[in-house]
Amino acid sequence: MDEELKKEIIMENYMHPTNKKRIDNKGYIKVNTANASCIDNIDIYIKINNNIIEDVAFDGEACAISISSTSIMINNLIGKTLSEAQNYIKNFYNMCDGKEYDENILGEGVVYSNIYKQGNRKSCATLPYKGLEKVILENLK
Amino acid sequence: MNREDFPLLKNDIIYFDNSATSLKPKCVIDKMNDYYSNYSANAHRGDYDLSFKVDQEYENTREIVKNYINAEYLEEIIFTSGTTESLNMIASGFFGNLLEAGDEILITTSEHASNILPWFRLANKLGVKVNYIPLDDNYYVTLDNIKKMVKANTKLISLAGITNVIGDLRPIKEITKFAHQNNIFVVVDAAQMIPHEKVDVKDLDVDFLAFSGHKICGPTGIGVLYGKLELLEHLEPINLGGGMNESFDSPEQTYLKPLPTRLEAGTQNIAGVIGLGEAIKYIDKIGIEKIKQYEHELRKYLIDKLLKIKHIDIINLESDSGIVAFNVNNIFSQDVAYYLNKYNICVRAGNHCAKILKSSVGVTNTVRVSLYFYNTYEEIDNLIELLSDYDKILREMI
Repeated sequence: MDEELKKEIIMENYMHPTNKKRIDNKGYIKVNTANASCIDNIDIYIKINNNIIEDVAFDGEACAISISSTSIMINNLIGKTLSEAQNYIKNFYNMCDGKEYDENILGEGVVYSNIYKQGNRKSCATLPYKGLEKVILENLK
Repeated sequence: MNREDFPLLKNDIIYFDNSATSLKPKCVIDKMNDYYSNYSANAHRGDYDLSFKVDQEYENTREIVKNYINAEYLEEIIFTSGTTESLNMIASGFFGNLLEAGDEILITTSEHASNILPWFRLANKLGVKVNYIPLDDNYYVTLDNIKKMVKANTKLISLAGITNVIGDLRPIKEITKFAHQNNIFVVVDAAQMIPHEKVDVKDLDVDFLAFSGHKICGPTGIGVLYGKLELLEHLEPINLGGGMNESFDSPEQTYLKPLPTRLEAGTQNIAGVIGLGEAIKYIDKIGIEKIKQYEHELRKYLIDKLLKIKHIDIINLESDSGIVAFNVNNIFSQDVAYYLNKYNICVRAGNHCAKILKSSVGVTNTVRVSLYFYNTYEEIDNLIELLSDYDKILREMI
């Protein structure tokens, strides 16, 4: 994917993020995720049914990278099983660490393929996944 | 001013994060290197020449600090790791033993975490109340508002001399005068004040005062706790150990050294102390009034330019230090900081450790430019040029 297109996708997801709304529904698990080193702070709401991620929404204040990454995460992971989501997250982390990853399963997540070169922004891209991961682990128990 | 004194400025960096920490002049770096290279023995153990020199340099800094803040006695100057440790020592070691359930501590919502959390601890531990002096429309503290808040159970007012988000100078002298008439102690967090204002503890008549070395061109990890001698005598050491004891045979028979040594347990940050002395000498040589005047002109220049950019909201039009907090319309402060970083401009984004201020200002996060005397008009022109182009920010912030 060329760099200009990556930028466009990031900006589009930042300006018009998917499911940015507060949810007060008991069927959703709420998890807060925040970066210790900066000021990103979001709540993620996740609805899981029969091992499938049925819905995800989020709310909060964060930078363009965090917001867009959350939006792209939501676009990619709704409808996935928990283990598919885990596999996605593992590949996403690998990409952000500059390790080998399978780009075919990441979809638009590959817009952050160069983030490993920007140490101070890596934690912005991975922020929503840290929250989601916690919930997945608890639900796989 | 004096840019040639700062090795870091040769790296083509525009440093606007001076409220977080200041740059170090070569004389401070050299002074510390000299200690590590040529006489890095321990202090207060002087049976040989090297150690004697350490003692001399270490105590010389105490004298420099005492004179700089116009304390009455050398024993009133205690070296700590910084403002945070100083404030915690004052809170736990002095007020922790003095205050009782129902007593009140007054602070404001624009204090730094270090001047809030130690008091919260006392609130949880002792049942004292922490209440907030209301800020006026410019987020300033006024004596009138203090007078309205003070009650019979108010025992302490603890304030920053200058705050780290707004940069407002508090009328400390008036406050202490009123407080002392009402038997209220005054603690001043001078972390942001010491680099920008003359601090005269006798004139201000404060009971305790804390500051850090690294914000006044000194090293990190060193700071000062000042207390009036008769009060410091009652400050219980949090750290017990080497150097501060006279003798100990049993728990009942433990005798501590007099001030200031009693409050400096363990091997101290000797290089830090020596570096701090050099930093204060350096600042004093330039002259704090001259620094202040230059900063104010520089800040005014920055404000005037920012006001002309319509997509920028300035949080604090008025300020008594070099701090300007602002936001670019609809752009998260961190993205602005990241954009400027691409051009080697260092600014801070965030809440600046003043997390409860948002309840007063209504803004959670800001971009903060904090100036010091080595900043220039040209650097501000650079910043303004980058901030003026909204589309460029949007294009380049990711």
